[in-house]
Amino acid sequence: MSAASSPAATSPRGVRSRIGAFSDRHRSTSVFFGVGLAAMALPLIVLLPPFNSFSGQGVWMDGFTIAGIFILLALGLNIVVGMSGLLDLGYAAFFAIGAYTYALAASPFTGIEISFWPMLLIGAVMAAVFGIMLGAPTLRLRGDYLAIVTLGFGEIVPITILNLSRYTEGPNGIGGITAPSIGDFRFPTTGNPWPYYLVMLGLIIVSMMLIYRLQDSRLGRSWMAVREDELAAAANGINTVTTKLLAFALGASTAGLAGVFLAAKLQTVTPNLFRFDVSFTVLAMVVLGGMGNIWGVAVGAFIIFMIQSVLLKQLNIFFDNVDVPILSDIDFLQYQFLLYGIALVGMMLLRPEGLFPSQRRKRELHTEEDADFGEHGDPMGASPE
Amino acid sequence: MTAERMIGDVVLELRDVQTYYGKIHALQGITAEVRAGEIVTLIGSNGAGKTTTLKTISGLLHPRSGSVHFEGRDVSRTSAHRLVRDGISHAPEGRRIFSRLTVLENLQMGGYTQSSKDVAANIEHVFELFPRLQERSGQKGGTLSGGEQQMLAIGRALMTRPKVLLLDEPSLGLSPILIQQIFGIIREINAQGTTILLVEQNASQALDVADRGYVLQTGRVILSDDAKVLAANDDVRRAYLGEI
Repeated sequence: MSAASSPAATSPRGVRSRIGAFSDRHRSTSVFFGVGLAAMALPLIVLLPPFNSFSGQGVWMDGFTIAGIFILLALGLNIVVGMSGLLDLGYAAFFAIGAYTYALAASPFTGIEISFWPMLLIGAVMAAVFGIMLGAPTLRLRGDYLAIVTLGFGEIVPITILNLSRYTEGPNGIGGITAPSIGDFRFPTTGNPWPYYLVMLGLIIVSMMLIYRLQDSRLGRSWMAVREDELAAAANGINTVTTKLLAFALGASTAGLAGVFLAAKLQTVTPNLFRFDVSFTVLAMVVLGGMGNIWGVAVGAFIIFMIQSVLLKQLNIFFDNVDVPILSDIDFLQYQFLLYGIALVGMMLLRPEGLFPSQRRKRELHTEEDADFGEHGDPMGASPE
Repeated sequence: MTAERMIGDVVLELRDVQTYYGKIHALQGITAEVRAGEIVTLIGSNGAGKTTTLKTISGLLHPRSGSVHFEGRDVSRTSAHRLVRDGISHAPEGRRIFSRLTVLENLQMGGYTQSSKDVAANIEHVFELFPRLQERSGQKGGTLSGGEQQMLAIGRALMTRPKVLLLDEPSLGLSPILIQQIFGIIREINAQGTTILLVEQNASQALDVADRGYVLQTGRVILSDDAKVLAANDDVRRAYLGEI
């Protein structure tokens, strides 16, 4: 970073390192402009071929808004898995808690009408409380054992919602959830996709900035220490109990936020929106994007969501049209999880640090000398250390 | 050499400490004390309870009965991260450095409880003590040699400027020359005023550097005396110093 003051700044290399130094020092600014630019470009790109032939701009932007929900989820899970090294396989539970919190607070089912905006905060807090409830009894667990308990938690929540029909309408779900409004302007559910799109954009920018700040904070450093070696972390004066609870709480609150938004966007929630495949998909996004790297995880989530919601569908349509034998008989959407599985296995073999690795993970996975990492290995237990 | 060193009041006291791992009764009543400015060593064979004793002092474990007193205060229930702030620093067994972090980052993590100004000053201090670490400051902890890793573990523990430093087997897996070097540094740290409680399997070296020693066997203190007296004791020589 010393290059920022060097006289070589006129050469392209110097300029690049100056930009690098700037974005290191002002990550919040680069998040703001980076995400903002992408969000402005996307609605324009889809007006160009070949994208305009798939569907209209409105449908595309609806898709991007849902993709944003998954970006939020991946950002939150990255706090737990990537930054703190706590493998959580039941993350969808917090998503469900956020969604049902809003559903109960703004639907004819309960007759309560609380505005969307404070509910964003309340949903996040609610999920954080459940995050601590899950975190507290599992403090002594790590790796595989923690994964099993979180997997169980992820199953318990939707099953509970399913069976508490009196409070949740059971399998029918809660419908007629109120759309957000600003003053007299109520967000349109069809037609104009911009209001939801812009709100989601705001949520992503704010979350990413906050998470970057957290990563550079004392708390971020203690997450890293706990991930690397919990005993050494405690011996260095880090309170491992609050460190881990805060990881669960903050990770969960991001999912809660995403949940409130989902309920407001779909205006209906059912238990089967929050099954294990959501937890798994989000985990795949974090791993494929590059655990620990905030930008990488966000981009990874976007790419995977687009592959799943657009590419596979388009492949179906494409092969149906050109009428290639065999290929046109395949329903690519049905092979979604097979493809994830293959992608994950391939990833672990070829590029275990993810598509967009964090500097540290790159360092740790590509060393000439194989260091002894002790029993506290990678939280995924899958990388070839 | 001990002549000019000041030995003060008792800073650390263990009173009939009993610690369990689940049902396993690891410490069966340890009573010991450490005075300010001293080097005290705990020696004993595998499973005697040396590491458990250190963990119980530093708050990584808590005694089921008995008590640990630090500067006259009962700290038996105090958690590890608080004791670090109070002035007990523990360089745990097996070094436990952050192998994916650089040497400098390891030291910064050691200064987690300190203000950033103190961290800079303490890193200076550690680099004076271990010039080797300064040469390697940008290198990943896991790629250091065993001796350098041990230096880093001690350096990291010193980052809080502790009153009492707990060292768990600093000579483990090191070559004889490096062992000499590490023990030289332990003397130096002590001469600068840090009280040291040292756990060692290398009893001859430990008794050579220490003022007093405790011999542990199956979770009990079986012998305690001045280090020189212990080193001359026939039973100790036979059992721990490898003499027949």
